[in-house]
Amino acid sequence: MAFTAFASQATVEQAPRKRSWIALVLLLPGIAYLVLFFLAPLISLIITSFQQPVLDGDIGEYTAGFQWQNYTDALGEYWPLVLRSFGFALIATVLALAVSYPIAYFIGVKARRFPLLQSLMLTLVIAPFFISFLLRTLAWKQIMSDEGPIVQFLKTIAILPSDGHLTGTAFSVIFGLTYNFIPFMTLPLYATLERLDTRYLEAGADLYASPFTVFRKVTVPLSMPGIISGTLLTFIPAAGDYINASRDFLGSSSTAMVGNAIEANFLVLQNYPIAAALSIVLMAVILIIVGLYVRRAGTEDLV
Amino acid sequence: MKFGKGLGLGIYTVLALLFLLIPIAYTFVFSFNDAGKLNIAWQGFTFDKWLTVCSTAGLCEAFGNSILVGLVSTVLATALGTLIAIALVRYRFRARSSISLLLFLPMATPEVVLGAGLAAQFLTLGTEKGLLTIILAHTMFCISFVVVTVKARVASLDPALEEAGRDLYGSPGQVFWRITFPLLMPGIAAAALLSFALSFDDFIITNFNSGSVDTFPKFIYIAAARGIPAQVNVIASAVFLLAIVLVIVVQVSRAARAKRLARQLG
Amino acid sequence: MAIASFAESGADLQLTGITKRFPGFTAIEELDLTIPAGSFFALLGPSGCGKTTTLRLVAGLEEPTAGQILIGGKDVTSTKPFQRPVNTVFQSYALFPHMTILENVAFGLRRRKLGDPVGKAHEALKLVELDHLASRRPAQLSGGQQQRVALARAIVNRPALLLLDEPLGALDLKLRRQMQLELKTIQTEVGLTFLHVTHDQEEAMTMADTVAVMNKGKIEQMGAPEELYELPRTAFVANFLGQSNLFTGEVVASGPDHIAVDVAGVPIVVPRTRAQRHAGEIAIGVRPEKVSLLTSAPLPESGRNVLGPGRVTDVSFSGVSTQYLVDVPGVGELVVFAQNMVFGPVVQVGASVWISWNADHGFGLDDDPGVVPRFVPDASTESIAIQRRIALEEELEQA
Repeated sequence: MAFTAFASQATVEQAPRKRSWIALVLLLPGIAYLVLFFLAPLISLIITSFQQPVLDGDIGEYTAGFQWQNYTDALGEYWPLVLRSFGFALIATVLALAVSYPIAYFIGVKARRFPLLQSLMLTLVIAPFFISFLLRTLAWKQIMSDEGPIVQFLKTIAILPSDGHLTGTAFSVIFGLTYNFIPFMTLPLYATLERLDTRYLEAGADLYASPFTVFRKVTVPLSMPGIISGTLLTFIPAAGDYINASRDFLGSSSTAMVGNAIEANFLVLQNYPIAAALSIVLMAVILIIVGLYVRRAGTEDLV
Repeated sequence: MKFGKGLGLGIYTVLALLFLLIPIAYTFVFSFNDAGKLNIAWQGFTFDKWLTVCSTAGLCEAFGNSILVGLVSTVLATALGTLIAIALVRYRFRARSSISLLLFLPMATPEVVLGAGLAAQFLTLGTEKGLLTIILAHTMFCISFVVVTVKARVASLDPALEEAGRDLYGSPGQVFWRITFPLLMPGIAAAALLSFALSFDDFIITNFNSGSVDTFPKFIYIAAARGIPAQVNVIASAVFLLAIVLVIVVQVSRAARAKRLARQLG
Repeated sequence: MAIASFAESGADLQLTGITKRFPGFTAIEELDLTIPAGSFFALLGPSGCGKTTTLRLVAGLEEPTAGQILIGGKDVTSTKPFQRPVNTVFQSYALFPHMTILENVAFGLRRRKLGDPVGKAHEALKLVELDHLASRRPAQLSGGQQQRVALARAIVNRPALLLLDEPLGALDLKLRRQMQLELKTIQTEVGLTFLHVTHDQEEAMTMADTVAVMNKGKIEQMGAPEELYELPRTAFVANFLGQSNLFTGEVVASGPDHIAVDVAGVPIVVPRTRAQRHAGEIAIGVRPEKVSLLTSAPLPESGRNVLGPGRVTDVSFSGVSTQYLVDVPGVGELVVFAQNMVFGPVVQVGASVWISWNADHGFGLDDDPGVVPRFVPDASTESIAIQRRIALEEELEQA
């Protein structure tokens, strides 16, 4: 499954020592496509991020330049959004891991003897994928709306003040991010836990480890590939997301993330250089974080 | 004692799975809401919205666009990605690690960056945004996922099978079409389904590269500002039911086949 | 009979000067080999000795770095596998999982566009007694049945040469013995040339007319199984096929029929015809079951070699026979197999014994005595480990 994309599954190499011109023919179309529509756009983005406005030009007219100022302007104005993005993404990732690990463990290990139950539960985990991401988020907005049952209940038991809201707060945005990325966390965790040989756990217990120690010293290290893959698959899209934080969904202007700023600058204000500069900053920070992971896993195992 | 521990975990898992289903149930229930333009408060049951799906201006067109974009980019991405996957497992070449990195990066790049990058490129080139640019964008981000999915299948394919094909007088073309391709088919099908799902549900990249063309998610995004008509819930629920039935049928038939096999080997 | 309509005599296989180098190591070096038509030929050796590579070269799945491959006198060195009159029974069977048994067997016939592929496939399945399972898939068959299908799929093509790549390796012992017999019977009946690669010495010796023992990409010795066992020419063969007691020493006497070698001061006699070298320092040996154990010093007798006294250091009972280890000062540890004619071992650990054997049973080796190795039993795993490491290093280099 693609959700193990980030997991380090070392497959045995199969005597790959054949004529490489066939490899070239096989690789060329796809790689050329990625160069044209992934690599070139990244370069365009970098070029755009240094552009300067055309003197006396219309809104949205820019010309090539080397304007570092775009970056200082962008960060000067939007640094709280950048920080908030990574903060929200980090919290959502940790929460999703906490929620998902027991689910993945139960499906992958405890439910092993019941294949039908296992596949039914897996289907339920991926069920949210079959309905639009936007609709799921909107549904939560309605459920958590001021007239909704949850807010009413929280107000009754006085956890929420009578003029309080759930939507439009940091809570609802983080909640939405966590909810939406739980399947991305659960599936890679399941993929590694499903292969976990329970005899290791028995061996650990046999060697005087308490259940908690077995979990900490055996289960967790053995499921590390799934944890790495799941956290990346959650953290990366969460940090760049702007749906949950959008005013029309679970957020408000006080919860805006960097994605919202990129969208607004690019599509509404047509301030392309600022949008590009913010994108590059976002990408750079994520690449540094991923790079630290890749150091441990190795690129060969990533794809 | 052991049973008790498993039971607690089991109860948690069931509750967590039910939690995951809440918004889906909500969407489904509100597809029967007898509401006007604003589908927020419950107004009573009606089946009308299911019968008047296309009465909402632009909705069915957007849905049709999503299907079209999904199909075309799935075919493109599956073909390109499968070839790369075969090359990566079966051949050794110098640029291997650079290529792995190039395939990995699109998965590690936030969608908003992918979307903005392509939009910046189309802007520079003066390309008119529309269906074509959406398809180009979707194909791009699906390729890597196809490679990952198909690669696993290629790696689990015993090379001796292809050697046996050659040994039994199969020409290279015959060996590919009669042995390699049929054996890779489950992986290719899984990759195609995944591509379609990714493309169908994509909003962020589409938003940057669609111009005035709407897809189903984009229709929802625009409608969200002024209220979602219940017909949107109808389409989403129908797609959901179709997908879930498909998955369950596949799983049950697979389980039945495994059982039959076990009985025969007995 | 079904078989008669298939039978077509096999062809000679001739390898001349075959060398195969992979990046980083040489698998086969200057190999010359002729396998006469209609014979059952076994290539025997430890993992990594080059035997599977030899097989793959003959099948056309690898290309030799140098040398020529001739089948039935025709040079096939540069032809593709599907152009060669050769079929392989793969180690993993490699049955196509998406086709029925019948379609698997008919595959080669269909590719060659031969008439009546289905009828011929049924005939081949009858030969291996599996025709009743023709419509099943490979996954629905047991290991032994899959093995027979793989055999039928290969012989249905009536190849001039049938290659068997450790085809019985995945079967359990009992099934393996049964399949050995069946394979041998089928080979005799269809009269094809069989080239069988294995690391199981017992399998090679029971099935093949001719066995070639391979080591480090070279053939150490070739011959009939009895000949290889009774008269090994190198220390490797002496120890890979069964066990041997080996000694080194200077030739001190040389007669017309016998030579005598000085082993720790005792002259040990070896028949001249059974020794590869007749002068200087040479290595000689004797099989452990040819040696008898004596509890008192025997009287000198012409035609018998005697060593001792030594001390028994280990006794291990294995049912039919008992293996004794005897440490003889100045000579080293010797192995003796004794049939269990009475109940239990004859002597205990620590006993003082002499060992003796008929001088006609000794053999002299061709190795340089300086390098005669005592056999390292795990040489094969070591060679695998070395290969793995070489492959890994190479990969790192390329990355």
